Order: sequence, then C-alpha cells, then structure tokens
Amino acid sequence: MPFQIVVCGSIVPDPLQTLEPITGPALKNEMMLPAVLDPWAGHALFEAAALAQENAGSKVWLVSLGPKAKLQQVMMTVAQKAPFELVALDGPSSGFADSFETAGVLADAISAIAGLDKSRMLLFGGWESASRGAGSTLQMVGERLGIMEQFLGVDQLTILPDGSMEILERMAGGQHQVSVCAAPPAVLGWATGFRPAPRNNPQVGMANMRLVMPALQRAKAVAVKSDGLSFQSVMLPKQQRETRIVKNMPAEEIAREIVAWVKEN
Amino acid sequence: MDVDIVCIGFGPATAGFLATLEKTDLESAACPGMPLQVICYERADDVGFGVSGVVTRARGIRATLPDLNPAEIPMATPVTEERLVYLLDPLGASRRSRVLKAGDRLLRTLGLPREFGVELPYVPPFLRKHDGLVMSLGQFMQFVGGRLMASGKVQIWPGMPVEKALIEEGCVRGIRLVDQGVDPGMDIRAALTVVGDGPVGAVGRQLDQEFKMPEGHHHREWALGMKMVVDLPPGMELQPGAVFHTFGYPEPEIFGFLYVHPEQVATVGIFVPSWFRSPMRTSYRYLQHFMQHPYLWRYLRGGKLRSWGAKSLQESGRRGEPFLAGDGYARIGEGSGSTNVLTGSGVDEAWTTGAQLAEGVVELLQAGKPLSGTNLEQAYVARRRSSWVEEEGRIAEKARDGFHHGILRGLCGMALSGFTKGNLVIGGEPKPTQSLPDYYQGKLSPEEVDRITGACRAQGLASHDALMDRCGWPAIPYDGQLLVSHQDALLMGGKVQAPDGFADHVRFLDRNICEKCAGQLCIEMCSGQALTPNGGVPAGVPAFDREKCIHCGACQWNCEQGNLVFQAGAGGLHSSEN
Repeated sequence: MPFQIVVCGSIVPDPLQTLEPITGPALKNEMMLPAVLDPWAGHALFEAAALAQENAGSKVWLVSLGPKAKLQQVMMTVAQKAPFELVALDGPSSGFADSFETAGVLADAISAIAGLDKSRMLLFGGWESASRGAGSTLQMVGERLGIMEQFLGVDQLTILPDGSMEILERMAGGQHQVSVCAAPPAVLGWATGFRPAPRNNPQVGMANMRLVMPALQRAKAVAVKSDGLSFQSVMLPKQQRETRIVKNMPAEEIAREIVAWVKEN
Repeated sequence: MDVDIVCIGFGPATAGFLATLEKTDLESAACPGMPLQVICYERADDVGFGVSGVVTRARGIRATLPDLNPAEIPMATPVTEERLVYLLDPLGASRRSRVLKAGDRLLRTLGLPREFGVELPYVPPFLRKHDGLVMSLGQFMQFVGGRLMASGKVQIWPGMPVEKALIEEGCVRGIRLVDQGVDPGMDIRAALTVVGDGPVGAVGRQLDQEFKMPEGHHHREWALGMKMVVDLPPGMELQPGAVFHTFGYPEPEIFGFLYVHPEQVATVGIFVPSWFRSPMRTSYRYLQHFMQHPYLWRYLRGGKLRSWGAKSLQESGRRGEPFLAGDGYARIGEGSGSTNVLTGSGVDEAWTTGAQLAEGVVELLQAGKPLSGTNLEQAYVARRRSSWVEEEGRIAEKARDGFHHGILRGLCGMALSGFTKGNLVIGGEPKPTQSLPDYYQGKLSPEEVDRITGACRAQGLASHDALMDRCGWPAIPYDGQLLVSHQDALLMGGKVQAPDGFADHVRFLDRNICEKCAGQLCIEMCSGQALTPNGGVPAGVPAFDREKCIHCGACQWNCEQGNLVFQAGAGGLHSSEN
C-alpha cells in the first residue's frame, strides 16, 4: 500500500557546539555555528524513508522552516541519507519561535503541496525538538489539517496485512502503548525509533539534489509572529564525555565501573 | 556515475577553482544538454570543519571575488597592526643553546624585554600582511560554499571521503569513494579529477606514489599547527586586526601567533616543525605554555576557549611540488606545493592555484579541447608558472634550509633569502630526530628517561608530559575555561566525533617495526591523543581511537619508518570557527 508521508523537520544548532544564551532570547553566534537536522525530526525522516522503501509507490516530502542559507548547508548532508522531496520555507528555526504560529506556517505549506492526497497522508515529525521542548508543534499542525488520529512518542510503526497500522507509543518505564489505526490520515510524532541513522549514500544524494536546489531557490520568505511572547529564562543541555581505551576487559567489570560512575555522579 | 569534473576536498584551493568556474556557463559532455556537471567531495562532516584560521593578504581571493566585503563574513576583519616579537623563557625550562642564552642575557642587561618579550622595531616586508585580512577559514569556507551551492552550478558533498583515484593506463579517470557500507567503493568517473585534498590527502599521496615526484622534489619538511579560538576577557585593549608573530618560546624552534577577530575574539597558536628534532615533540602541552607566556597571558588571562584544532602543514613549499597535471587530473593547493614558506602564507596561494586551473579548464572547454595532460600543462601549469605564486615560491624555495642547522642560522637564512629575493641562502639538509638519551643529555640520565617512558607506556600514556614535568615545565593550572585538559579541548573546542561502524583509517603495516620503535613519535605528536601506547611490553602497535582523531595527519609524517598508513575517513573536528 503506497503512503504519502510528509515529514516536518527543521534545523537546530549542532549539539556539539558551545551554545550560550544571550539577551533576546537568542543563542550567541547561532547563525555562524554549524547546524544539523533536528535529531528528533531526523528519526521521523529515516522512519519515513524506510516505510516508503517497503511500500512501493510511496513518496516522502520534507517540509522545513529555517533560514534558507542554513537549510541549504544542512541539506547537503541530509540529502545523502534518504530520498525525499524538499519543501523549503525561509524563516526562523530557533526554539524561540512560537509553536502555534510555526504550526500555522507549516500547515499552510503542506496544504499547498501539489499532488498530495491529504486523505492518505501520514504526517511525521519529531515528538520533541532539540531546540523546542514543548512538543506541541506537530500536534497543532495535525489539528490545522484536520487530522484527529494523533500518536506521540512513537517508536515503531508496523503495517499489518489488512493495511491497518500498529503503532507503539513510548510510555514510562520502557513500556509501550500499542494502538491500531485503521488507515491514514494520521499524525505520528516520533521518539527515537529503533533504526540507526542511514549512512551517507552518494546515489541518494545525487537523486535528491535534482529537487533540493530548486526547492531552496523558490523557498518563500515566511513571517512567524511573536507578538505577546515573553521568555523567563533559557537553559542549555549539558553534555559530558569521558573516553579511554581498554582492551580485554570483562563485561562484568565494565558494568561495575559504570555503576560506580553513575553513583558518583 | 559520470560527471564532467570531480573535485577532492573542499579547501581554499578547490574553493578558488569552483568560484572561478562558477562564473561561466558551459555545457556538460557527461550529460549532453545539461550544464557542466561539477561535484566536490569533502571528507569532513560539514563545509569548513577541517580547516584553520588565517592571516592573508588575500590578493588571489580578492581577484576572484572583487566584491568581497569582510563585514559579511563572521570573524573577518582587515589587518590593522603587526608585531614581530621575540619571546624569552620566563621559566628556564626551554632547551636553549649557549648562544641563545647569552643573547637573552644581553637583552635583559639592556633592559629591552617587556613582559619577557622583545618587540622588534621592524617587520620584514616579506612577512608583512598589512593589506590583508584576519579570518576564520571555517567561516570563510562556509561563506564561499554557501554562495557556490546557491548558484546551483556546483554540488559540494560533505561527509564523503575519497578512497583513491581511478588510474587506468597512466590516466586518471575519476575517483572511488570510501566504502561507507551502502554502496561499496562507488566510482565517480570524470573527464577531470581536481586533487585539492591538502598536504596529507590520500589521493594526493597516491598520485605521488604512482607518478613519482619531479627530480629534486620531496615532502620532507612538515609542521603541525595547533590553535585555539578564544573569547578575550572583557575590557581587553587589543584591537580587531592586530597580528602578532612570535618566536623563541616555548622552545626556540616553535613559532607562534596571535591575531584578533572582531567582537573580542582572538586566535592563538603555535607551529611545531619537523626540524625540531625532539623525540618527544608535541603540541598541546607546548600550546598551553605558549598561551601562559607573560607577554601573551596579559591579554588572554580570564579568556575562554571557543574552539580548538590542528592541522599538518607541508613545509617543503615549491620543492614539495608534484607533477601538477597529467591526463585527466590536476593538482592544486597545499598538496601541490603552493605554500610560501618564507612569507608563511598558504591560503591565498592555494586559492590562486585553484583559480588558475579553472581559468585553464574554461579556456580548454570553450575551445573544445580535451583535458589531457599536454593541454593542462599549457592552460594551467603555464599560467601558474607565470604568476606571482611561482615567482614568490621560487624566492622562498630554500629560505628555511638554515633551520636544519639550528634556529639562529635558520632565522639568518630566512632574512638573507627574503632581502636578496632568494639569491643568497643558507643551505641545509634534514637530520633525523634525536635519540631520547641525546635529546635529554644534561637534563636527564638515560636510565631516568627509560624509567619514565616505561612507566608511561605501561599506563597507556604518551611520555612527553612526564618528561616535560621532569625537565622543569610546571604543571598546567587548569581553570576549566581556557586552560583545559587535552580531552576537554577535543570536546569543548574541537567537538570531535566520528561516525560509528567504520574501519580505522589509521593502520600500522608491520607490528615488528612498531615494537622496535624507541620513540613512538606518532603517539607523542598525535593532536587528539587518538594514538596511545597499548600498555604492553614491549611497546608494540599503538592503540588507535577513531573518535578522537582530528585527521591532522601528524602521525603520518612523524612515523619515520613509514610504517603508518593514514587513509581518508569521515569525522574529526566539528567546529566551523577555526
């Protein structure tokens, strides 16, 4: 059964960079820091690509709202990983944009996609965002498009023999809620899923590029209103890494060391 | 896959090539009816990740981009001030000759040093960058890359290393991409392969081996440049565009630099050359001592690390020039011997060679001529030979030979060469690295050196820190901001990482050679502590951690036995501010 899958996903500053909040709210030097596809949206895109590959005749669109120059840069990497058609919108991508307004812009762009049959659409995106923790944008995009079947924190989608969809939504304690949805349209806000990021594939990149560059060239500038918003504070995620090389260490000893480290911290 | 032109590496040379080529409209022969199909594959995970900062006169860059406005490029600013500073040793730990020590005493007696630095009253004309720019090359490459991709005429693919050139009957027919597990060894066939993969690039070295070097040419002089980008403390008096060139400290053989970007940001770093014959030469520890030199520390104290990185520099200059063109290929940039070792300038020269190649290629394609070796010789190599890159490269060719006899003769040789336009030089031949006992003679007994290196290797650690401690270098007072551990510099500054699941790109050919290697200089010079002793006795093959490798290539030229294979791989630095 072919699917029409629309993935909403934008860019965030590369989480490896040193990020500093400044008055605004904004991040210091955000425009000059490297950006990546929002990792949560990335999971959604890779799941969409896998689903499309397994179901002949399916198609994937990536709807992306962000500064055009940065989108272009990120697409050079993303386009090597999965086949998709880009719908680019030139506007703000930071976590400080209002989700309601952002959802409106995305819903309008999806409605304008030529040839998209919304009755067969699966709307994918990140359940969360690396720059926007509210997790509300995708839900509102779905509502604006009139899609009431919504699943958030999805880790797995299986197409059953009768064409219905079995969906595993993440719950507390490593458990999943299992739902069956009869048919599209549906909104799936992905958690991490179980698939690794695909490796760069030069052939996929070349195929995508025929559509990516024209999409970027015709990207419309969109305004995302921020009237009435006020920000109390900005916090950044913390990261730690400790690496060393050890050979022939028994698994039990590694486990003991990790437990000791966790207790210390 | 067939294209018209495939480029290897997106550094300044390839940027110059593509920025020049992009100005023309040519039809593809690979896809008739389509525009010229031009693809560039870059090893690093994004454009501008694997490069360094620069002070450049930007003559070639401005010729290609006449509308270049530094204000449009983050971290770029015109040079406003230049200082050449001799740094005395405030600690008494550096390894100075008697003559140098006597000179230092004389300077002190005359009361010339300020904060242990003597500012020379004059910067020789050949070193001056007075009409140039201070830039972050990472930001500049992103700026140029963005413009190129927006033109739609060029595709730049990051995260895609090239394994090798496809050579058939002496002709380069394209490239083979590194097997990333999705399409083993995908071949990209092209009428022209542009090799701009830098001084330690896998394809450049493959061509050197395949076609040999021109007689008398060689790659035997190298340096490792390591730097930090620093947020200067508030209220710092240094103005954007200020450039310091230093020499004399932390070791007399190590040169240093500091240059100031807009918005209170500075780049500070050192060059550790191959003619510094220490068997324990290293860079990160020396960089920390360099930054703490009183002359610089008054500006840097209270600053904060923003970015960090390192790269190898091919210091043979014009004598490191390979065959520049052959059937189906051309060499540009640093790997083609364009760096000027007298002026200490490489980026602008690299860019210019790329632009020259593009001009030649356009000329040939417009005339309907094939991109054969003979035609490329006439259209590209002849252009390069008649340009300022060649003229100045010839002047610089032997300028540094005197350093093989020591720092003083080296400096005299540079001055002599610079002021006589290369007519007078002080000659010299590279000497092998000193043995451990020889190097530490007078400071440590051979038994003590053995004990220290043995203890370090048993713990899986490089030995230079312990030996430097024992020779009087004080411990680094880590502040967690600017003075940070080597691993913190990787994480906080370089943001180093590697995609998982790939084979190691650093390998050792013969275990026996490693086991007999007394110095294991590959470990000591490793910029990221990616190579470490394996902890066994005897030392054996070093352990390699891909996740720490920044692809500087220092291990390759520091393995004097030629037992180390350095291949192309994805990953490494993830900072675009270098």
